[in-house]
Amino acid sequence: MAAIAPVRTVVGRGVVVHGDDIDTDRIIPARFLRCVTFDDLAEGLFVDVRFDEDGRQTGHPLDAPERAGATVMVSGRNFGCGSSREHAPQALARAGFRAVIAGSFAEIFFGNATTLGMVCLALGDADLAAVQAAVDADAAAELVIDVDEASVRVAGHTYRGHLPDTARSALVKGSYDPLAELLGADAAIGAVADALPYVRAGGAAR
Amino acid sequence: MPPRTLFDKVWDAHTVRTLENGQTQLFIGTHLIHEVTSPQAFGMLDDLGLAVRMPERTFATVDHIVPTDVREEPFADELADQMIKALRANCERHGITYFDLHSGLQGIVHMVGPEQGITQPGSTIACGDSHTSTHGAFGAIAFGIGTSQVRDVLATQTLAMSRPKVRRIEVNGTLPPGVYAKDVILHIIRTLGVNGGIGYAYEYAGDVFDRMSMEERMTVCNMSIEGGARCGYVNPDQTTIDYLEGRPYAPQGAEWEAAVERWRALASDDGAHYDDVTVIDAADIAPTVTWGINPGQAIAIDEDVPHPDRVRPEERAGVLEALAHMKLQGGAPIRGTKVDVAFLGSCTNARLSDFREVAAVLRGRRVAPGVQAIAVPGSTLVKEACEREGIDRVLIDAGFEWRAAGCSMCLAMNPDKLVGDQLCASSSNRNFKGRQGSATGRTVLMSPVMVAAAAVAGVVADAREVFGTAEAVSA
Ligand code: SF4
Repeated sequence: MAAIAPVRTVVGRGVVVHGDDIDTDRIIPARFLRCVTFDDLAEGLFVDVRFDEDGRQTGHPLDAPERAGATVMVSGRNFGCGSSREHAPQALARAGFRAVIAGSFAEIFFGNATTLGMVCLALGDADLAAVQAAVDADAAAELVIDVDEASVRVAGHTYRGHLPDTARSALVKGSYDPLAELLGADAAIGAVADALPYVRAGGAAR
Repeated sequence: MPPRTLFDKVWDAHTVRTLENGQTQLFIGTHLIHEVTSPQAFGMLDDLGLAVRMPERTFATVDHIVPTDVREEPFADELADQMIKALRANCERHGITYFDLHSGLQGIVHMVGPEQGITQPGSTIACGDSHTSTHGAFGAIAFGIGTSQVRDVLATQTLAMSRPKVRRIEVNGTLPPGVYAKDVILHIIRTLGVNGGIGYAYEYAGDVFDRMSMEERMTVCNMSIEGGARCGYVNPDQTTIDYLEGRPYAPQGAEWEAAVERWRALASDDGAHYDDVTVIDAADIAPTVTWGINPGQAIAIDEDVPHPDRVRPEERAGVLEALAHMKLQGGAPIRGTKVDVAFLGSCTNARLSDFREVAAVLRGRRVAPGVQAIAVPGSTLVKEACEREGIDRVLIDAGFEWRAAGCSMCLAMNPDKLVGDQLCASSSNRNFKGRQGSATGRTVLMSPVMVAAAAVAGVVADAREVFGTAEAVSA
């Protein structure tokens, strides 16, 4: 399998999507899940809040011209709650985002995003508010995320956040996609399978 | 061996090894797949030149995109048609058991596993769908996973997982009349919050779960994910064993006896360590409905919607956003809110017992004028069982549309959708903005009997009043 590039830093401009509990239906509505590849997901990103019922833009920050090319999304607590759809981080990635900064992350979203090499940095309430304010105030502000330090630097301040050790080391070592490692244990997998009666019995109906 | 929880026992028995980053490589004994989250995973396998490691432990069905009225193929929706064809082709190519649309066994993936006896105590189950937690009702450890993980399970029959903590949630005592499993889980989520379960597996224990049927336990475990928990389970007991006996994929004969003995030994040991314990009194649980845009924004039917000035400061913005979306008045009762659509369906509540309860209260009653009411059984077997018992007739006579099995308006990937800002009384599990197919659509989650009450009253209503308490007593 091809080697995976380590992710040590993410440098880029940001965009704030305000609110707590931004769920995966909001990030990518279900109708965009009617697909057999992930290729076209970017167009569905937050689409229901970016356009009104008549298809007019609502002035969402994602559509602000000065935010074009942003690579860091900043949001609130419990980002990515709801469904297990990997379509959510895939849509973010395909729209150019390489990191999300939030108060906290729903677990499945966090895992899905990390597997793609997307950095999910959690900040405490006060720091998050400060980062949101800095990004809101200046579309040109550059954010520098240091993965190993679990920190973000913006507008002259550094904010230390939280990134679980497993995700942090996987990102900096380039081992965030676990498949190669999982494949390396074939004999051990077989041994566990053989010790489980329900697996040994196979999948045939009686 | 020190006392262990069921979670510990199952996790340990399925551990392959510790990975470099400290995660566990966990063996997944049963992999369930469906049309939405598998095609990209099969594509990744192809790109990598990998085979499916254990096709005999992989089971597929089609649920999210299937129309519930006209089911002839090709589907009118070309994208949906592509998806069912891709699933069928992938299953054929890899030798995966597939409960196809017209097999007589198709249904929502989380209904099919239990019905077929594929879902078994002590197993690990993964599926590219967050409501995989449903299968925990059997004392399985069941995780919803993303598509890259579907790829991992297809290729290796394992996952890289961090071991969660275990929280025991005890609900003791007796539920008041008219309070159902759905109310129990809505109450738990309301109490612990939609974030409360992050990092945890939930063990549901105590009198109330002990007495519940398997179908009720599935309703509860189903919504573990709405509480933030990755999985939830109930220790297996005689109820579990009785449910599984004789199912197509359950062990038979001497194997059955051996399996039953193993299953009985799985339950958490007395004195096992829990990272947290929450105790709830059943008497405190009322018929519960959501008023907002996440499942934790829930109140008892006779409570008022929160007033933004009377909540904690950090909740205020969320309350205002929810009130604006739901077009509700803070501080006003939820009862009496006009309903446009009544939806009976989803993997939370579309089983035979749900429809039996609804039929019992709906007999001889009519859906209010102006309300569209649809009933979507969770599986083809449930549909047929309802039809054998005449439940379909009762619902149709009351004014419900009787549909074929699928996810339907739970997430509206098929043609069943809310229109504009319609308000839906729904037996499903998510009330997120846009969830039911319209960006401005509004969802009020509740038990099936409460959906029936809303359909009849034309407004969000207390089933105990609409139908009279005696009738609405929990089965
Ligand atoms: S019924 Fe709803 S929650 Fe259940 S699997 Fe289908 S879409 Fe998901």
